[in-house]
Amino acid sequence: MFVTSAFAQESAPAADTSHAATEGDTHSGTSVPAEAHGTFPPFDPATFPSQLLWLAITFGLFYLFLKRVVMPRVGGIIDVRNDRITQDLDQAAKLKGEADAAVAAYEQELAEAKTKANAIGQQANDAAKAEAETARKKVEAALDQKLGEAEARISSIKANAMKEVGSIAEDTASAIVEALVGGKASKAEIAAAVKSVAR
Amino acid sequence: MAADKVDPIHQFHINKLIPIEIGGYDLSFTNSALFMVATVVVAAAFLFLTTSSRSLVPGRLQSVSEMAYEFVGNMLRDAAGTQGMKFFPFVFSLFMFVLVANLLGLFPYFFTITSHIIVTFGLAALVIGTVVVYGFMKHGFGFLKLFVPHGVPVFLLPLVVLIEVISFVSRPVSLSVRLFANMLAGHITLKVFSGFVVSLSALGAVGVAGSVLPLAMAVALTALELLVAFLQAYVFAVLTCMYLNDALHPGH
Repeated sequence: MFVTSAFAQESAPAADTSHAATEGDTHSGTSVPAEAHGTFPPFDPATFPSQLLWLAITFGLFYLFLKRVVMPRVGGIIDVRNDRITQDLDQAAKLKGEADAAVAAYEQELAEAKTKANAIGQQANDAAKAEAETARKKVEAALDQKLGEAEARISSIKANAMKEVGSIAEDTASAIVEALVGGKASKAEIAAAVKSVAR
Repeated sequence: MAADKVDPIHQFHINKLIPIEIGGYDLSFTNSALFMVATVVVAAAFLFLTTSSRSLVPGRLQSVSEMAYEFVGNMLRDAAGTQGMKFFPFVFSLFMFVLVANLLGLFPYFFTITSHIIVTFGLAALVIGTVVVYGFMKHGFGFLKLFVPHGVPVFLLPLVVLIEVISFVSRPVSLSVRLFANMLAGHITLKVFSGFVVSLSALGAVGVAGSVLPLAMAVALTALELLVAFLQAYVFAVLTCMYLNDALHPGH
């Protein structure tokens, strides 16, 4: 449609006006200068070669400029930043590893100190125990000795007493016999009787 | 003159600034060409100057450049894989060019180069041309496998191939018309609502009171157009990535 109107501009004014009338209808007759010009400007093929040429020139230069200058630069900035970020992350990871190692070393030392402390405590405990044991043994030995002495004394006293028990019994027996029987029993008989009873 | 002010088409007019004619073709330096130059200069200067300090910790503007770079890079890598990264400069240039052209067009009295179908079509043709040339260079006639999807019954194959061919051929058209129509429609709507403000204000006190509504609309539309400017640049770049993926891996 716009092709015919282009010819119309040059050759046929009648066609021109009819086209302009349809154009005018679409914007309610306010666009008198547009009608005078002939065609709706975006569809005017007379402007096509110039627009295409300048589009090619400007867009071509723009493309070359972006490709050669801008994009390497922006890409470079972004790459450098990404490199820097990975580098920083690596550094952080390394530092974290070091911190972890320090913590592990600290904990190991702590554990060693604990076992050492335990050993020392144990040793002290053992020494104290051994000392107490020897002291106890000494005391026990002394007590045993005293016990032995006491027992010996008791047994000697007992033996003495027992010895006297015989004569007392004989005396008592002879007295009892005398009182009961009224005769005198021989000393030997009474001794034999007491002995047999005592057994 | 009042009619001239509210003319929503006036903003799309091409004016010759430096007339040049070579071999019967009119190759004049027009306002369109001026804004192409402006787009390129603004985009290139922004990317160049914001990254000139090469800071390890980017400032605001540098991070804008870096975000744009990584945004397009991720988009391309997601759509076309690591092999697609050889087209990164191309897609990045397209994205920045369309984005800055759209954004510049939002300024009052500025010309919107993406509101001209020939400009968007030129960019779309460049994309499809790259796809076709690279596809044939890399895969030879294997590139034609693009039109023959796997696992289609033989009796359906002619129909499916026909549909695939039509869809491929319509790609440059849809790619260019989408961007062009969005920018054109947005700017016309904006102009129409702004025109209402002017014409209503001329009607006296009641008109001034009434012009608040279209003024609010114009403000809201400007915000919408800002979104559309970004979105259309994004859509253009995403579709470019997907088409390039077809050139790299035509077997679906």
